[in-house]
Amino acid sequence: MARATAPARKALTTAIAGTLAFVMFFPILWIVVLSFKSEVDAIRAPLQVLSSGWTLDSYGAVQERSDYFKHFWNSVIISLGSTFLGLLVAIPAAWAMAFVPGKQTRNVLMWMLSTKMLPPVGVLVPIYLLFINFGLLDTRIGLVVVLMLINLPIIIWMLYTYFREIPGEILEAARMDGASLREEVLYVLTPMALPGIASTILLNVILAWNEAFWTLNLTASRAAPLTAFIASYSSPEGLFYAKLSAASVMAIAPILIMGWFSQKQLVRGLTFGAVK
Amino acid sequence: MATKASRAAARLMISPAVLLLLGWMIVPLSLTVYFSFLRYNLLMPGDNPFVGWENYQWFVTDTSFTAAMVNTLLLVGGVLLITVLGGILFALLLDQPMWGQGVIRIMVIAPFFVMPTVSGLVWKNMFMNPVNGIFGHIAQGLGMAPIDFFSQVPLLSIIGIVSWQWLPFATLILLTALQSLDQEQLEAAEMDGASWPARFWFIMLPHLARAITVVILIQTIFLLSVFAEILVTTNGGPGTATTNLTYLIYVSSLLQYDVGMGSAGGVIAIILANIVAIFLMRMIGKNLDA
Repeated sequence: MARATAPARKALTTAIAGTLAFVMFFPILWIVVLSFKSEVDAIRAPLQVLSSGWTLDSYGAVQERSDYFKHFWNSVIISLGSTFLGLLVAIPAAWAMAFVPGKQTRNVLMWMLSTKMLPPVGVLVPIYLLFINFGLLDTRIGLVVVLMLINLPIIIWMLYTYFREIPGEILEAARMDGASLREEVLYVLTPMALPGIASTILLNVILAWNEAFWTLNLTASRAAPLTAFIASYSSPEGLFYAKLSAASVMAIAPILIMGWFSQKQLVRGLTFGAVK
Repeated sequence: MATKASRAAARLMISPAVLLLLGWMIVPLSLTVYFSFLRYNLLMPGDNPFVGWENYQWFVTDTSFTAAMVNTLLLVGGVLLITVLGGILFALLLDQPMWGQGVIRIMVIAPFFVMPTVSGLVWKNMFMNPVNGIFGHIAQGLGMAPIDFFSQVPLLSIIGIVSWQWLPFATLILLTALQSLDQEQLEAAEMDGASWPARFWFIMLPHLARAITVVILIQTIFLLSVFAEILVTTNGGPGTATTNLTYLIYVSSLLQYDVGMGSAGGVIAIILANIVAIFLMRMIGKNLDA
């Protein structure tokens, strides 16, 4: 039975937690504010920034000066592409391991996970040289493949933990009722598996969107996604606070929104089911 | 109730994933090991002779290697300390009844979804810049000399930025674990007269121990590979003050084009990460049986 909490105590907790949450969130809030200011106003003292006029100029300028949408589009293609390519390989694998577990299933799963522990920098040189040899440097297809491979273990693991929760008896019941394999997959399995697959897609798009080791090292300009595009602001353009803010807001907004929907899946996905 | 046919089908369904991951692991890994024994620099064409352990000797005896190892240790250790302690506090706080819990929770978790290059640049320019950053403005307002973060306390600044990104992760995991704690057990302890510190120490902390271990291990794997935050803020400097192992390998392979040296560093990084990975895998494996 939940205890009744004294309103005074609840108010105090709310105040403390709210303050801390505000501090954590403040950098994000601040770039949103700066993105609507002129360059001159953006570098003023905080109170002067707040009292200065608002403008949409920076958003237009970012697109005009650096073709923002090209990079945005690259990010979309790379994160969606790598996720769906990964699903294509992962769904059958996770399926088989969840429903037809063999003696080796546990070892295979653990081994797949171990490939995720490989530090990217450990294979930076060979991947870079292979990319040069195959003309993949600064191409989207190259990044799609690499990001698919580094996230594949997470995709398989997430799907596996979701599929394992689907009771096998339901499938048997459907079979007894005379459902064909096609009907079984289409009407029984798919509806039950969809939420898990959706969560997996969500988390992996987020991870691929924010991936900043391979995207920085394997692209120059053509295939550069937003991570690499923002990095180009490191100097001396970083001094243009309003434009940097506008570019940053546009780069993180879609993921922030997706992230809010995926809090629970994040725990499951990133701890490989060790914490639920 | 697996039949022979369904087993064969299962094997067929698993094989693409296994083959892909096998290729992803074996090909680059064996190339890294192979390159690490060659004198191989992209700027110096010609044959690449086998030189034994020479690259390793050069890499390990270089002063920047020692610096990078110390920095890596401080970076990983510092961020772990901040995020685990902070994460426990945040989780305990967010677990209390309050108004607007959903919104507060979302605000705390948000930094985790910010891409590394954005958080690096935003902290560097909008906050830590001594002239135009908020911290600079505050210092001026108080009549103090502003701190030039990236030249005075470069590594600490990086630790701060990375902690901001990972504190939400630790909080989220620990909060999830805390919420699975049996409330009746806590209430029983309270009725028996156990004080809050006693309840925290003897009930909550043991319950959280597993989640804390998972947070430490997973974060360590990711923190060993911190790269973008360093690239956009300090480029590893001043000197080697913020060069971690990952960044050092990046410098020798992609900036100095020294394939042999970079590969030797890569092998060392893999060995280091594997030491952590072994413990992590054991924890996850245990959970798989349960």
